[in-house]
Amino acid sequence: MRINATNNLNFRVLNEQIRNTEDKNVIIDNCLGQRFIGSGMGQRKLTINGTPGNALGAYLNGADIEVNGNAQDATGDTMNNGSIVIHGNCGDATGYGMRGGEIYIKGNVGFRAGIHMKAYQENSPVMVVGGSAGSFLGEYQAGGTIIVLGLNEEAEAPVGAQCCTGMHGGCIFLRCDSLPEDLPAQVVSRKATKYDLDHIDGYLESFCEHFSVEKEQILEKPFYVLEPNTNNPYHSIYTTYLS
Amino acid sequence: MLKEGQVRIPSGCAISGIFSRNGRRLDGEKIIASIETMHVRSNGLGGGFAAYGIYPEHRDCYALHVFYDNETAKEEAETLLLKYFEISVSEKIPTRPMPQITDAPIIWRYFAIPSPHFLQDKELEEKELAVECVFKINADIAGAYVFSCGKNMGVFKAVGYPEDVGRYYRLEEYEGYSWTAHGRYPTNTPGWWGGAHPFALLDYTIVHNGEISSYDANRRFIEMYGYKCALLTDTEVITYMIDYLHRRKQLTLTEVADVIAAPFWEEIDRMPEDRRRYYTSLRNIFSDMLITGPFSILLGFEGGIMALNDRLKLRSLVAAEKDDMVYIASEECAIRAIEPELDRIFAPKYGEPVIYTLNKEAQL
Amino acid sequence: MSMDFLYPDYTVVRNKDLCTNCQICVKQCGLGVHTYDAKTKSMRADSTKCINCQRCVAFCPTLALKIVKSDNTYKLNDNWTSSAINEVIQQAGSGGMLLSSMGNPRSYPIYWDKILINASQVTNPSIDPLREPMETRTFLGKKPSKIERDEQGRLQFDKAPPHLTLKVPILFAGMSYGAVSYNVHESLARAAEQLGTYYNTGEGGLHENLYKYGKNTIVQVASGRFGVHKAYLDAGAAIEIKIGQGAKPGIGGHLPGYKVGSEVSKTRMIPEGSDAISPAPHHDIYSIEDLRQLVYSLKEATAYTKPIIVKIAAVHNVAAIASGIARSGADIIAIDGFRAGTGAAPTRIRDNVGIPIELAVAAVDDRLREEHIRNNISLVVSGGIRNSADVLKAIALGADAVYIATPALIALGCHMCRSCQTGKCNWGITTQRPDLVARLDPDEGTRRLVNLVSAWQHEIMEMMGGMGINSIEALKGNRLMLRGIGLNQKELDILGIKHAGE
Repeated sequence: MRINATNNLNFRVLNEQIRNTEDKNVIIDNCLGQRFIGSGMGQRKLTINGTPGNALGAYLNGADIEVNGNAQDATGDTMNNGSIVIHGNCGDATGYGMRGGEIYIKGNVGFRAGIHMKAYQENSPVMVVGGSAGSFLGEYQAGGTIIVLGLNEEAEAPVGAQCCTGMHGGCIFLRCDSLPEDLPAQVVSRKATKYDLDHIDGYLESFCEHFSVEKEQILEKPFYVLEPNTNNPYHSIYTTYLS
Repeated sequence: MLKEGQVRIPSGCAISGIFSRNGRRLDGEKIIASIETMHVRSNGLGGGFAAYGIYPEHRDCYALHVFYDNETAKEEAETLLLKYFEISVSEKIPTRPMPQITDAPIIWRYFAIPSPHFLQDKELEEKELAVECVFKINADIAGAYVFSCGKNMGVFKAVGYPEDVGRYYRLEEYEGYSWTAHGRYPTNTPGWWGGAHPFALLDYTIVHNGEISSYDANRRFIEMYGYKCALLTDTEVITYMIDYLHRRKQLTLTEVADVIAAPFWEEIDRMPEDRRRYYTSLRNIFSDMLITGPFSILLGFEGGIMALNDRLKLRSLVAAEKDDMVYIASEECAIRAIEPELDRIFAPKYGEPVIYTLNKEAQL
Repeated sequence: MSMDFLYPDYTVVRNKDLCTNCQICVKQCGLGVHTYDAKTKSMRADSTKCINCQRCVAFCPTLALKIVKSDNTYKLNDNWTSSAINEVIQQAGSGGMLLSSMGNPRSYPIYWDKILINASQVTNPSIDPLREPMETRTFLGKKPSKIERDEQGRLQFDKAPPHLTLKVPILFAGMSYGAVSYNVHESLARAAEQLGTYYNTGEGGLHENLYKYGKNTIVQVASGRFGVHKAYLDAGAAIEIKIGQGAKPGIGGHLPGYKVGSEVSKTRMIPEGSDAISPAPHHDIYSIEDLRQLVYSLKEATAYTKPIIVKIAAVHNVAAIASGIARSGADIIAIDGFRAGTGAAPTRIRDNVGIPIELAVAAVDDRLREEHIRNNISLVVSGGIRNSADVLKAIALGADAVYIATPALIALGCHMCRSCQTGKCNWGITTQRPDLVARLDPDEGTRRLVNLVSAWQHEIMEMMGGMGINSIEALKGNRLMLRGIGLNQKELDILGIKHAGE
């Protein structure tokens, strides 16, 4: 099925068409700001040409979404399974609360990407960012893997301020020569070992495949791994008061 | 003492209605005789009548009946009226001096058509415009009160027993195809003429018996839609609710009755699927328009009359037919007094509207 | 140690004449207050461990036990009360923020108790609900703005927005699995089904065994998104976006890792033993237009088949916020007053933030009517409802229905010891310890919840009948049925009611 979303086609009309078709492959042309595309969607392949609106692939449940263009805010919100591939940049709060599936972004991602990402049993979400990430990357992160490559980035670390604040699970891989200075106390960092890189090798392969990048180029720079050093980051700040 | 609008005054009442399905016009003698039979249901603190088809020579004009406390109020109101309307007749409503009727205000009548320029400016439907003007006068001009504003119809009311009020207004000189009457028994009142019934908005008039318990729920809901309950009476809020449902939401009168006097869930749940869905949806969508507590109402409107009892039938109501004539009253005696021989007499069931409209051949 | 010593607020008193050394109290107390000294063959009690949950008192077969307010006292001081002093001592010793549970216990005005209800005399009749119909069925959701007809002119209702149908205008408010036990959730779910109403999962997901009660379930989506996935959203009859709660407006949640056992872990979809942290805000909602985005993303995910509830705490600007929510596409607003309970909240927040629900419901209902949007949205209120008269007053002030939680917990055995955060609830309510959870039998829990709500329903019907109202919708916003007592003009104005005698 092919849908032309030109002339500001209403998001509700557009999404209804997608929900109601039997086709496993849906292509949307001239997409411009229509929100909630692929919301809660299971096994499907959606190709979007243009700029989809906020909350693309929210609660995604197995569908594969590919965007030829940039995506806006809250992409992959509470995503459970499936994949989102963005051939461009992606906005704020990308992958908020995602529990499974994979998000690949060729370019940069906005503020608070991967916020409250969490893992559960066989589900472990992954977000790979080709460029850089804004501040508060992985805030409250409780599980899953975030990889920021900083390809073509000048800055020393490809992330903004307050990276992984409140992180209490999962891990972040930053490809850079040196780490940001303001990492919070409850996070430990180390240079990635071969074992660490094996863990992300498959994701890097996929990234390279999606965006035609040479893996050798990626491996030219070292990676750092950030992980929480306790499961209970706020434990000591309260005292039980029986009143 | 506070008057209607400053305080909520519950009241009991008598109601009566006469309607000719052939559109024959009768003078006011019969309706006066009918309501007089139920003298004991009133206490002399309010009576009134609505009559339809009485101004055929002005059928395209809004007939505005207004009480003025003084000349200043009249001047102010007329300034406002002239903004909205082109007035063709402006006159005192004729009355007959009677010892039983005292403290009369200035009682004035206008025949008017909406000013075409103003209609264009405001982009309002003609009726909306008339309503806007009436609400403005009643809310903003102290001492002025428009108590009737329909076409080819009029309300006549005062403080007193209804039969005295009828004679005071010389109703024997008017001829209408439909008449309703009201005798009031308020629990307290300063005797304000505007507080007597019927209550009217455009061609809708209501006479009503009973004190509803849903009043404030209904009032606070309807006031969201531009209505201002200035009198705080049941009759006023019921009139607005019917105007909203029938004129603005385009529900049929039967549907209106199904909203305001809906059947009980026990009954609805036993109905076949489509009826159940109909009533359930109406009760959901218009839940704030349900009226509880006792009421029997007579709704007069252009070309018809509707009687409706509350959902428990807590007030008395009797309807009867004789040839093309229809009679509806609180008590059978009020009908027998003016038509001893009837073809059919029956008590409307609770929540089931009794609706009569003019025959197609009727000539007004 | 001695500087940190706090004399216990309550003392365990044992009547030695009545005590038979049966040691039931030892078994019943999960906090280890009672011990048996084999040497002296006598019972001991350590009052410093006692949280005054009344479990041992209730189970003592000889009435030998009671818990009394300690009479040890600092010098009396109306300013520096003993609790004010104790708080300083505790914080000086620990360096911690005080953490409490259940609702605000302080003596702020309770407006419910300053509002009186009307009854009919002469001018219209009261109705006997035992012998005449008395209706409490309530719909929650948006009303359609347009009336549709088919070609034959018959009314069409297919396009009407989705709604909830309640047999009684009382729902069970959100309490997460994790904060409360599985047996609490099962009792609530089964009671909701029997009563024809709804319970709310809270933010901890929906246990797989309880999916079968989905048509009586409201599933919650909070900032932590715990257990939120497609099947969860599809399971419920409605979806609630939790922005805030009355006990701790503006504060996130924190379920400590030790409460996240295997079942809680499965339901929340997080690893066992890991902390479950709910951020203070939803990080995709930084402004009112973002709320619209979350509302519609949930509608899209469920194909517009379920009403969306937005729950907020009653804060100072609640009326304007509610107006914004009513324009966000949400179908129902839930407003939680400052006396609402919680499994754990910073004490200062619980005791100082927010406003009473009575004032909030009146202000919100007024505001929505002034803006002509009351019909766009239903209003459910909570946080301080203690009995059926409170329910009736809330509806007459303008609510469509109420959420209850604290009364439901009391029905299940809670004795308001306000120690949920210890995780050792002896009544099996706010604990995940299997031996304690087993104390709450879901059959009995269900029965008691059904009893409570049915009793309230009958009381509501009696009061409605007294007013001559035989259907609950005629009570909604019917403020003429209320009068204030001992309230000043400002309070009366906000409540939109007259004073008694007027």
